[in-house]
Amino acid sequence: MEKMKLVVIGNGMAGMRTVEELLKIAPDIYDITVFGDEPHPNYNRIMLSPVLAGEQTVDDIVINTREWYSENKITLHAGKRANKIDRVKRIVYAEDGTFAEYDRLLLATGSKPFMLPIPGKDLDGVIGFRDISDVDTMIDASSKHKHAVVIGGGLLGLEAANGLAIRGMDVTVVHLNEWLLERQLDDVAGKMLQKSLEDKGLKFLLGKQTEQLIGQDGRVKAVRFKDGQEVPADLVVMAVGIRPNFALAESAGIHCNRGIVVNDTMQTYDPRIYSVGECVSHRGTSYGLVAPLFEMAKVCATHLANFGIGRYTGSVTSTKLKVTGIDLFSAGDFMGNDKTDEIVLHDAVGGVYKKLVLEGDRLVGACLYGDTADGSWYFQMLKDGKEVHEIRDHLMFGQNHLGDAGHKGQTQAATMPDTAEVCGCNGVCKGTIVKAIKEKGLFSLDDVRKHTKASASCGSCTGLVEQILASCIGGAYQPADTKNKPMCGCTDLNHGEVRAAIRERKFLDIPTVQRELKWRTPNGCASCRPALNYYLISTWPHEAQDDPQSRFINERAHANIQKDGTYSVVPRMLGGITTPDELRAIADAADKYKVPTVKVTGGQRIDLLGVKKDDLPKIWNDLSQAGMVSGHAYGKSIRTVKTCVGAEHCRFGTQLSMAMGVKLEKMLFGMWAPHKVKLAVSGCPRNCAEAGIKDVGVIGLESGYELYVAGNGGIKTDVAQFFCKVQTDEEVMEYSAAFLQLYREEGYYLERTVHYVERVGLDYVKSKVVEDAANRKALYERLQYALQGYQDPWADRVAETPKRRQFELISI
Amino acid sequence: MSEWKQVAALEEIPRLGSRVVKTTTQDIAVFRTAEDKVFALHDHCPHKGGPLSQGIVHGDKVTCPLHGWNIGLCDGQAMAPDVGNTACIEVKLENGLVFLKV
Repeated sequence: MEKMKLVVIGNGMAGMRTVEELLKIAPDIYDITVFGDEPHPNYNRIMLSPVLAGEQTVDDIVINTREWYSENKITLHAGKRANKIDRVKRIVYAEDGTFAEYDRLLLATGSKPFMLPIPGKDLDGVIGFRDISDVDTMIDASSKHKHAVVIGGGLLGLEAANGLAIRGMDVTVVHLNEWLLERQLDDVAGKMLQKSLEDKGLKFLLGKQTEQLIGQDGRVKAVRFKDGQEVPADLVVMAVGIRPNFALAESAGIHCNRGIVVNDTMQTYDPRIYSVGECVSHRGTSYGLVAPLFEMAKVCATHLANFGIGRYTGSVTSTKLKVTGIDLFSAGDFMGNDKTDEIVLHDAVGGVYKKLVLEGDRLVGACLYGDTADGSWYFQMLKDGKEVHEIRDHLMFGQNHLGDAGHKGQTQAATMPDTAEVCGCNGVCKGTIVKAIKEKGLFSLDDVRKHTKASASCGSCTGLVEQILASCIGGAYQPADTKNKPMCGCTDLNHGEVRAAIRERKFLDIPTVQRELKWRTPNGCASCRPALNYYLISTWPHEAQDDPQSRFINERAHANIQKDGTYSVVPRMLGGITTPDELRAIADAADKYKVPTVKVTGGQRIDLLGVKKDDLPKIWNDLSQAGMVSGHAYGKSIRTVKTCVGAEHCRFGTQLSMAMGVKLEKMLFGMWAPHKVKLAVSGCPRNCAEAGIKDVGVIGLESGYELYVAGNGGIKTDVAQFFCKVQTDEEVMEYSAAFLQLYREEGYYLERTVHYVERVGLDYVKSKVVEDAANRKALYERLQYALQGYQDPWADRVAETPKRRQFELISI
Repeated sequence: MSEWKQVAALEEIPRLGSRVVKTTTQDIAVFRTAEDKVFALHDHCPHKGGPLSQGIVHGDKVTCPLHGWNIGLCDGQAMAPDVGNTACIEVKLENGLVFLKV
């Protein structure tokens, strides 16, 4: 079949991003032709400021080289301005007569700098700041002339001024408003910024209206203001705003209203014609920042690929100034209004200012200056519309999702040296990340993870990587959409949607889920398959088929894989209590199978490390003979219940913590969960079992027990939150089980209890478990039903031939 | 001289799974896909030597269990942006029996 023809007008970031997204999901359905005004391949326009400042070269900022176009069989007409669209014959013409027919047309004509309509605007030396030729003009002027005037104290204007100053010019910034960046900063932060820039040598004329540009021999010589004042100027850069470039679309009779009008699928009024980028008017708004363009590109690509999914519903944007050494961040409604409250921290001497704007229980705006470490955290909450009343008292001090290890006191990404290690797991330093972002044109956390491995293992440096990304690419940075993030590349559905479908439509196996929910890959990937398997067996216990091939090796082999491909074996020791006989059996097994390392774990049991896979069934058999079962030290499942000695022996003990722990651990045997689950029981408030950092922590008191939930001792230490007080052992079991069952039913795969509770709110969890007795009992019963009849997986595999086969080597 | 050697019946290898064949010189991972195609690779990830046989098989790829590299079963090539490759071993399926050329 002949391919359809796609013509793209505009070789900028929005157009090419759409093409990239399209090639990713449907590489073969179009013959693609691209028209671009500029004689260059597609480059990263937002990095023009660093080029002007001499921090990067034009070659550094090319996103797609000419080779990329030819490799993807895209016809590129660079330097040919499209000037006519014949919508009847479906042909695009360029000024030089080149033409291309289309089945679908994508308009990505971007925007133009707005030039003030004042006398002298056409003189030589008067330019905007939009493309490579403008940068060339500025660099050229800086080598020949002295005085530069930048009209406009917005982001672009300040970046231009900074670049020109670095290149040795005497720069004056003229601004109509009383403070700089009034669309990004409030007056306090704006004044602080001005002071920093003045320290760098820039001059400012605020509250000034430009009347006329005065020329001499055709070149600009001075700028005159309404109040009569004049300043010398050999170069004038107008950075007073941009205007969507929709002249071509309008001339073709496509409906425009201060931009090309598109619907939520990025389609114009002509159904064959789509439009993305700064040229569009979507729900009455045009965007001048790059992050929304990427969202549009993604949506547009799915429609061009005929998938018919995805809607663009507008963007909340954040901004960041790319001036080295200045840290500012703002997002949302940072000015506030009469319906909002503010929380403000202002340290004028230290150069730090933070303002958070709240409307009711939600964060609606943030303006940070000097310390922007928590910018992405605030932005995330703002985008998610998250209720913040539970954390309001410490909101200002940031929480940020940095881990505890290695990042204290060095959280300002911008000031970190290139040699500083960011990702402790994979040994990635800041310089490597910055280099990858710049050279490979990375824009998202996922991209950085893929290319550098930073933050790809434990994730504790995610916040730091996000900051580095934000400080490198500024306004282009868009934190991941946590609410609607697809499960993986195989689907556009998120975890919640998939869980709901499995429940509502009673899917019982993975192939059915993938077929019914239109998975893009034949059998998923290593991310979605384990998640689907968990959702199926937790939603439909005893009905859905557990699929061992969709489990990570540790759960398939019922042992933990080690770096050399050997395994570790951890027998269960209920409540951390063992017997001389068990210890003898463990010692014998360790001797017999030449186990190189025997270690006591943090969960109060013994780990035999370095066992060969084909020895696993044999060692399990020996341990089973002594009455021991799998400890599930390898699973997204119940791990251990740690206990202190308690009232049985301890002179302070108030409750029998060992017995309570044993009862809990027995009850939960065989419980699979979204992630690992650890419990602890302490016999008195001295809390020797460290119940404060467990998924469920139980602390004995004279009068009963206190229950704590959602603690975590790992990557980031989170103290468990008080849940409720109960009287009896039976109540401890019922409340703990009900909480864990709620988490099992609603948690997303790989979400620990702390993150689950953070997502849904502790109040919600209490309302389901503590306050609703009937629901608590129902949850408790569902957990008991799910765990009924669970067999020790070790004994099971020792006994059964097909299940045992995976441990046997074939020798030839 | 290498020759074809019978290693297993197809049904002894789980779908979307693998078995390990031990030779005097190396471990070979023999994979079976959802469509019952068989592939064989040196059981050694190009990244840090992880046993690919223990990974999750999807489509015509396997994900290494140690650090999640994706390796193509047909050619042993790591998927972008990772770079590296693992040796392939010739494999054939005849009458439900799997043979390796070793």
